[in-house]
Amino acid sequence: MHKRVIFQDKLLPYLLLAPQIAVTLIFFIWPAWAMIQQSVLREDAFGLTSNFVWFENFQRIFSDPGYLQSFEVTLIFSVSVALLGLSSALVLAVMADRVIRGATTYKTLLIWPYAVAPAVAGALWSFLFDPTVGEVSYVLHLLGVNWNFVLNGSQAMLLVVFAASWNQFSYNFIFFLAGLQSIPKSLIEAAAIDGAGPGRRFWTIIFPLLSPTGFFLLAVNVVYAFFGTFGVIDTVTRGGPAMATNILVYKVYSDSFRALDLGGSAAQSVVLMAIVIGLTVVQFRYVERRVHY
Amino acid sequence: MVENRPWVTFFSHLVLILGVVIVAFPIYVALIASSHTLETVLQGRVPLLPGGHFIENYTDVLVNGIGASSSPPISLMLFNSLVMAVVICVGKIAISIIAAYAIVYFQFPLRMTCFWLIFITLMLPVEVRILPTYKVVADLGMLDSYAGLTIPLIASATATFLFRQFFLTVPEELAEAARIDGAGPIRFFFDILLPLSRTSIAALFVIQFIYGWNQYLWPLVVTTKQSYYTIVMGISRLVNVVDIAPSWNLVMATALLAMIPPVVVVIAMQRWFVRGLIETEK
Repeated sequence: MHKRVIFQDKLLPYLLLAPQIAVTLIFFIWPAWAMIQQSVLREDAFGLTSNFVWFENFQRIFSDPGYLQSFEVTLIFSVSVALLGLSSALVLAVMADRVIRGATTYKTLLIWPYAVAPAVAGALWSFLFDPTVGEVSYVLHLLGVNWNFVLNGSQAMLLVVFAASWNQFSYNFIFFLAGLQSIPKSLIEAAAIDGAGPGRRFWTIIFPLLSPTGFFLLAVNVVYAFFGTFGVIDTVTRGGPAMATNILVYKVYSDSFRALDLGGSAAQSVVLMAIVIGLTVVQFRYVERRVHY
Repeated sequence: MVENRPWVTFFSHLVLILGVVIVAFPIYVALIASSHTLETVLQGRVPLLPGGHFIENYTDVLVNGIGASSSPPISLMLFNSLVMAVVICVGKIAISIIAAYAIVYFQFPLRMTCFWLIFITLMLPVEVRILPTYKVVADLGMLDSYAGLTIPLIASATATFLFRQFFLTVPEELAEAARIDGAGPIRFFFDILLPLSRTSIAALFVIQFIYGWNQYLWPLVVTTKQSYYTIVMGISRLVNVVDIAPSWNLVMATALLAMIPPVVVVIAMQRWFVRGLIETEK
């Protein structure tokens, strides 16, 4: 954890830590604490007095059909984003690991979406699929698909899943490629000498050795889908139509800033916080395993 | 390559090319749309070949902004984004490297408390605590200011851990030798540790620059004055206009302008970026 050789100084370490700790306390710990307090309080209509109501706010949100729907939407959304993002990245990483000619070029051309902001990705995809002017919608209409994500909930969901996976794809690709390159070539060669073809080698050697990376990425992707996709949702659908894409993080935001239900939105935030903590723990466990295969 | 299977190699290239095309397609369409007039774009289907209004459209958004959405000039938003990205990125690196230095090279009461306090920030993404954080910033009078846009985001557990990880691999003999030669902790930090950390700093620079540039929700809630709008948050105001069709050609020009700086940083610093990304998650 620390060095054997250390410097002796009473004041200096505190001075060095002060900026980081100050920002953490003021902008992270203090608001989080305020949020936890708020989640067990209920304010009157004018915000003048507040009473301690135990877990009433939590009971209230969990008996609210809108909140439960939002939970369901979030689950469908994050599982789809993770599956689509991970599977496409795995396929392309395996191919990129195979080829020799042009490997670097492919890599460069596949990693840049990481740099695109979710909100910008949302704008690009909503233009592509815009019911009246979109390039892809045009083709879909020719094929007889009645495409209108502004009115159709499942189509809206499909679109935000595409935009979000496109955005997260590069991250998965980089990690899968790094994982593939760390698999000893001797293992693959031994299997080839024993007569295993590319498909067999993939399923019996490469895939099992990549699975820790896969689980780690699954956790990262779910965190991304839960919290990182706010910009996608806000530019593409704003939670609509009829709340079909109203994921939890978007609902917290709209309830806090538009509906002004303080206790309820604080309770929602606390639930989300519990989810992040759970996911972070999972992520760290798999990181440990990922390092020593 | 273990064996030579021309068909499998051919198939791999085919899949990769297809992947590259799908990944690039939205950008291509955006680029084309940004070179046409709004009338052409609204006719129903965007042409697949560039038009002749490229320079005109870009000059228009950079200088005048987008009239229909009454946005400020895009050049102003680009400038704000640049300020935000650079301050967040440099700030995060600066305060994290000294925090990690204190944690690794000193022994003092509350050391582990500080470490865990920094660790907890990983579990508190800004989206989760948006309203209370907004209140704190409002109480401190930091709304509509560069300070409000940047300072609340510059704590970084990731960067602190990366530097800590790196400092732990620096041979102990270096600190020992420096001490014998009479260098104090500050001298050791600036003359030895900082130059050694160059690669870690470069890697973090890429990741944090993108993080700062791509912030969306935070600028959305803390800015109400147009003079502090950043380009990424401005995008949604351009897409979600009321009653009329968005000026798609100009919106796409803005979207492309918004992604050029971070994409250039990633591609130019690809080596450090990939290393940094994988290191920070260890």
